[in-house]
Amino acid sequence: MDSSGRFVARHVATLPKSGIRDFFAIVSKMKDAVSLGIGEPDFVTPYHIREAAIASLEKGRTSYTDNRGTQQFREEISRYVARNYGPEYDPETEILGTIGVSEALDILLRAVLDPGDKVLYHEPCYVSYAPSVALCHAEAIPIRTVSADQFALDPAALRAAWQPGCKLLVLNFPTNPTGGTADRAKLEAIAKFAIEKDLLVASDEIYSELTFEGDHVSIASLPGMRERTVFLHGFSKAFAMTGFRIGYACGPAAVIDGMLKVHQYGIMCAPIMSQEAAVEALRNGRDSMLHMRDKYRERRDFIVRRFNELGLKCHLPRGAFYAFPDITSTGMDSMTFAQQLLEQQKVAMVPGTAFGAAGAGFCRASFSTSYERIHEAGERIARFLDGLPGR
Amino acid sequence: MNSVLKLILDGEALDTAQIGRILGLGAEAVERELAGLRQQGVLLGMRPVLNPGFESEHRVRAVIEIKVRTEGVGGFDAIAERISAFEQVESCYLMSGGYDLLVVVTADNLYKVAGFVHERLARIDGVQGTSTHFFLRAYKKDGFVVTADGSGRDRPSVSP
Repeated sequence: MDSSGRFVARHVATLPKSGIRDFFAIVSKMKDAVSLGIGEPDFVTPYHIREAAIASLEKGRTSYTDNRGTQQFREEISRYVARNYGPEYDPETEILGTIGVSEALDILLRAVLDPGDKVLYHEPCYVSYAPSVALCHAEAIPIRTVSADQFALDPAALRAAWQPGCKLLVLNFPTNPTGGTADRAKLEAIAKFAIEKDLLVASDEIYSELTFEGDHVSIASLPGMRERTVFLHGFSKAFAMTGFRIGYACGPAAVIDGMLKVHQYGIMCAPIMSQEAAVEALRNGRDSMLHMRDKYRERRDFIVRRFNELGLKCHLPRGAFYAFPDITSTGMDSMTFAQQLLEQQKVAMVPGTAFGAAGAGFCRASFSTSYERIHEAGERIARFLDGLPGR
Repeated sequence: MNSVLKLILDGEALDTAQIGRILGLGAEAVERELAGLRQQGVLLGMRPVLNPGFESEHRVRAVIEIKVRTEGVGGFDAIAERISAFEQVESCYLMSGGYDLLVVVTADNLYKVAGFVHERLARIDGVQGTSTHFFLRAYKKDGFVVTADGSGRDRPSVSP
């Protein structure tokens, strides 16, 4: 009998486990399952990028690097961010290479939050935001985003959610799991509010290259925002490099310095071969990235149309690679819908509540999979819906 | 590019009904599109891409470089068209460089390829010389990597 649970810290023991884990356990044992639950590109990393990692190993480049990342890596990041997002960051003091955006966000939270600080974030959102805040003994305050607004953050809702003690606002556009984006006007209103309330902004823009409608605007590029924004980005989604675990943070020097302290004691540095692969992606990865983006867009159009045909109302996600259909017409809640669909038709979708309470009534369906699988999932979901009473 | 054609070229195994549903057309509309592409000579045909490892259990493939003389025999086109007419010939191209025609042939065994070269090709007026190379092993064919590299094999079926 394992009684070691008594050693686990209270704030960790009380942390809910990710709602995705249960599904993973079931689906991974199920034969013939069609999974729309995959939160990563179905493409293999483009070969020229893999080859850069191979070349790095062949050259015997297997050492630690500067805690911030190699000079070359940071210089390429600086150029890429200036070219594609606007703000210019000094590779010496304002850029930090990390183990993906996950680490970047974690060390940012640990660098800036004192116990009891409050963090605003929009929901539904990526599964780690609220738990990561809780691990810092801080308080996460969700702001609900809604389907009618295509899950963009309403500045009025932000204002209403604010309370004294709020220090940080976490943004993620395009959003996992909703595909929500924020246009310039909305971001300007959010920026104005952040300045008014002296908020630091963490902007997770991991899906920014996968914006299908309109141009992606980074809040860091708006007047007065560069000095209060930490721009978080990585290579997992745009360049299909999830397994490389490589990302970065750009921001004002003092905040990056704070992050660097946490990073150097906890991680030391990002793996050198991943940094070198990332340099290749930044220099020459644009064509492959655009090719993948086009494929996602085509699949998005199909899956969204299919859900709507099936009577599961689905907004058009403007970015990322997830559809987020409303399943309330079935009379079921998200978890029941996902569980029964999996049991009866072996189709895995992630219940919206895994992404926060605001995800209730929705399920996430990744279209980062082949047409064949999306088509098959559509047929199975149709059979599932046909079998429901009253339909 | 035509949307039906674009989808087919992606290489997924989809029937016309599936293509129709994906593109928001009916299966009949897809059939009409395909017929149109055939009529225009854009689409020559559709064949599955087989793993040569299985295909070659009973078949051998060879690439033949052919040097030709064009005077008095009607030029490259006449010779190339004549060679292309043989059923053993899978494809035939006019090339720049050290030889003129590149021909890919398949046959039941090595002797049949040899017979094709010396009994058929070598007797065509204008063929001055041939150089035959046999395929030993395929690593990539028509865009598909043949050797199993296990990519994505460990990808979790559900992830955040």
